[in-house]
Amino acid sequence: MSLEFLVASAIAVLVAGGIYLVLRARTFQVVLGLTLISYAINLFLFAIGRLVVDAPPLYAKVVTHHADPLPQALVLTAIVITFGMTALTVILSLRSFLEAGTDHVDGKPDASPDADAGARA
Amino acid sequence: MALLALIFLPFAAAVLLGVTRHASRSAHVGIAAGASGAGLAILLAQAPAALAGMVPTIQIGWIPALGLDLSLWLDPLALLFAGLILAIGLLVVVYAHGYLGKEEPSARFFSFLMLFQGAMLGIALSRNVLLMLVFWELTSLSSFLLIGFWRDRADARQGARMALTVTGGGGLALIAGLVLLGKVAGSYDLSTILARGALVQASPLYPVILLLVLGGAFTKSAQFPFHFWLPYAMAAPTPVSAYLHSATMVKAGVFLLARLWPVLAGTEWWFGIVTSVGLATMLFGAGVALYRYDLKAILAYSTISQLGLMVMLLGFGTAAAVTAAVFHILNHAAFKAALFMHAGVIDHETGTRDIRRLGGLAAVMPLTATLGVLAAAAMAGLPPTGGFISKEMMLEETTHALLGGQHLLVPVLATIAALLSAAYSLRYAVWLHAGKRRTGEVAHPHDPGAAMLGPPALLAALALALGLAPMTLAAPLVAAATAAVTGTREPALHLALWHGINPALLMSVGAVAAAIVLLFRYSATARIVAYLPAPDAKNLFDRGMEMSVAALRHASDWLHRASLQRYLFVLFAVALLLGLDAAVRFALPAGTAPTTVASPIAVIAWAGLIAATVAVVAVDRRRFLALLFLGVIGLVMALAFVHLSAPDLALTQIAVEVVTIVLMLLALHLLPHHPPRLSGAGRRVRDAALGLAGGGGMGWLAWAIMTRPMRDGISRFHWENSHAGGGGDNVVNVTLVDFRAFDTLGEIIVLGIAGLAIFALLEPAARGIAGRRLREWRSSELFSSERHPMMFVMAARLLLPLVLLVGFYLFLRGHNQPGGGFVAALVFSIAILLQYLASGFDWTDERRRIGEHQLIGLGVLIAAATGLGSLLFGAPFLSSSFGHFHLPVIGDVELATAMLFDLGVAFVVVGAVTMALAQLTHVAQRAARQPPEERA
Repeated sequence: MSLEFLVASAIAVLVAGGIYLVLRARTFQVVLGLTLISYAINLFLFAIGRLVVDAPPLYAKVVTHHADPLPQALVLTAIVITFGMTALTVILSLRSFLEAGTDHVDGKPDASPDADAGARA
Repeated sequence: MALLALIFLPFAAAVLLGVTRHASRSAHVGIAAGASGAGLAILLAQAPAALAGMVPTIQIGWIPALGLDLSLWLDPLALLFAGLILAIGLLVVVYAHGYLGKEEPSARFFSFLMLFQGAMLGIALSRNVLLMLVFWELTSLSSFLLIGFWRDRADARQGARMALTVTGGGGLALIAGLVLLGKVAGSYDLSTILARGALVQASPLYPVILLLVLGGAFTKSAQFPFHFWLPYAMAAPTPVSAYLHSATMVKAGVFLLARLWPVLAGTEWWFGIVTSVGLATMLFGAGVALYRYDLKAILAYSTISQLGLMVMLLGFGTAAAVTAAVFHILNHAAFKAALFMHAGVIDHETGTRDIRRLGGLAAVMPLTATLGVLAAAAMAGLPPTGGFISKEMMLEETTHALLGGQHLLVPVLATIAALLSAAYSLRYAVWLHAGKRRTGEVAHPHDPGAAMLGPPALLAALALALGLAPMTLAAPLVAAATAAVTGTREPALHLALWHGINPALLMSVGAVAAAIVLLFRYSATARIVAYLPAPDAKNLFDRGMEMSVAALRHASDWLHRASLQRYLFVLFAVALLLGLDAAVRFALPAGTAPTTVASPIAVIAWAGLIAATVAVVAVDRRRFLALLFLGVIGLVMALAFVHLSAPDLALTQIAVEVVTIVLMLLALHLLPHHPPRLSGAGRRVRDAALGLAGGGGMGWLAWAIMTRPMRDGISRFHWENSHAGGGGDNVVNVTLVDFRAFDTLGEIIVLGIAGLAIFALLEPAARGIAGRRLREWRSSELFSSERHPMMFVMAARLLLPLVLLVGFYLFLRGHNQPGGGFVAALVFSIAILLQYLASGFDWTDERRRIGEHQLIGLGVLIAAATGLGSLLFGAPFLSSSFGHFHLPVIGDVELATAMLFDLGVAFVVVGAVTMALAQLTHVAQRAARQPPEERA
């Protein structure tokens, strides 16, 4: 197996799990899903710079083979921003739970076991 | 230049009136009349050139990319309309001086009136159809303001709304029509469009263009079945009715038909639609006018009928019919404006407009009666007025029209319409002024002052003069305007009262005679008419509006279900479809670049990540477990970054992972731990399918990219300039704080805002219903009896200086080695966070010297100031500079301004992260601290 395949398949699995979780009705699952999707996106961005083993982008005159620094810089800020976003959604879901008394994403009470399916009909 | 001044004057007057709204009434009248008068003078100065064929033109580029130019001309047709607009405008201003009550806000009235005048002049003078559209909409808007001038009256507001809805809706159709026309003709310039009639009529889009343009024209000119707004617009003050709803605005539709006549007219479509709509409107309006009792309603339906007449004539498609239409425009403007003013005078003097309560006014108001009778005679088409001549011409033209293969259809119906017109005109003239004296609310009405009497008298005299001396007064203008409409040479005109005995004269005489007979049988016919079904347009309109509002609300309720799941599903599905679309169109085969062989350790780590992801999904409702697996994923990510030559990312990922998991743990502490499942199986299968499709797509995309060779992008620049230009060897860090520092500045601001938003969300959580829930909260977990275990507290305090040192080290070496502001700040935050967790919120909060808010603000300020500092040295924003210094003992130290920037970054990150975690700790501890007795 190649590294490229490992990364690509990891992205695929993370996105699939992320989308599934984001579409759930509980806020905490949505947060988990967002986190998974963020991992995947960061990995995807990083992969655009191609995979290079053991050649960090630390400048030296003699070095010619090195990883692409630009996607790394982008991903670094993305990781930090992801934290900001995750924190905000976590707090938002907590506040929404405190206000509405339920952790349903739309603030609906847990009266019926299949409330969201009913609303969709 | 003169044309610009012409257009500009009314708008300037409108603004001036708005500014001087506290000035006296006379000042307002002076401004409005001055603007109209000056405009008229300019127009007259330009008239000879326009009539002689040297059309004054001006063109200024506005938005050339759209084909929209400020392009004006004054051809004879524009001259005719501009003359009407300015001359009648001037008279209306004078009349309104007498008409408006003392208390009424004259500045607002005249300001709206001037706004309308400017818009209307714009329609007449535009040589660019897009420009014309702008003015067209402006007339609808100013008409709305004028109809609703008496804001406190419900009928005025409703009438204004209805007029705006109908004419505005027509305006939308017109926009589509004219844009299509411009596309087909290849230009929005009118003179170009007018020369390309054959091209347009040959286009398959011609019927669409025609219908859309007619939609605009028919709504504006109140043609059946869009006529219903005009009678309700009579809620406007009478000067407005006289100006907008008889002489100018409602003629904009007729003007448009005339303007586009060379392009659109002459086809079967044109003849069939325009002629029959005009004819139907003429008949219908005249019939209704005869059985109305409100003077203004009679005049409104009469206007509808007369507009139908003009539309019908333009529909015939012959030059002679156009001549008749143009001449009738002139006649109608004169007598109808006079009659509206006359009705206004009667209303003003007697307090009523109900014709049943009025009569014998000739004796008490002789001057008013004289001008009223004169204007009504012109409306009836009686000699020797101009109305007689244009009606003769109209009847003459109907004898040549062949509608639906019937020779007699048009002439017979037109004669009936003429009969009805004569009848309502005579009824208006005779019932008001002759017979038993009935004077409405007032016992002894009398003629009004010169301001109210002069303008209608002048217009009535003009209506008469147009019949007595048509060749001198009207012929040159009518001939030139006809030529401008048809785009051919000027016709040889012979306007006269007497043409010998011909079919038209016989039809005319027959119609008037029958009208007199009809009036003698009026009450009998009125009883029959009363039985006819008369659908109330307002009810129908209101019901239509209600239905459309209900339908729209239904649609928006259906679309806007306030369901996050639904929105996100649509979002992901659309993203997936867009991706599929691109994949189908560009085909994304895998590349051929060589791949890297994975080590066994990499495979094991990968397997761990896959297993953990599946576990997060599978155990989703056992939440602490899910969090544990999430930590595994983060760890594998960090390991992957280490392996794939990204030490900075690995450091950041590890640090962020710690704070993220702690944050989620704290939140989960308060959230339900094992909530019941909400989604049904079907929905879960559907979501899983979408997830798999999306994941598959993303994975394939990543694969396709990674198996293609790298292109030489901008990365090379970063690599090569990092040391020489940025003074650092860690290219990632230099990129962040130097090359792309502006990005980073934006990013820390976003992070700071997120921190503040978290504060705003949690700070008020102690109050209201959220606060009550927080106080009622009970943990389902077992707690250690010791709130702050001694071991944990001591270890955390011992660790603090060590962790801070590590952070400091990471910060300092960041420019050349893995590290930097972000990582250092995260490590700092973890050190502080440990204290909050170990010793509690209060203990830690007391001991901190600087608050999170200040940290965030200070950080952004430092970063921005560093960037601005470079401006002082004449370098662009955020340029960095650096130097090497030798310090004893420590050795060579490099100092770069970028490090100062990095310090700002670190401040913001520490501020935002501790803000989120400390606030959450605070809330969690507030909930947990409740003494047991208080909870019970």
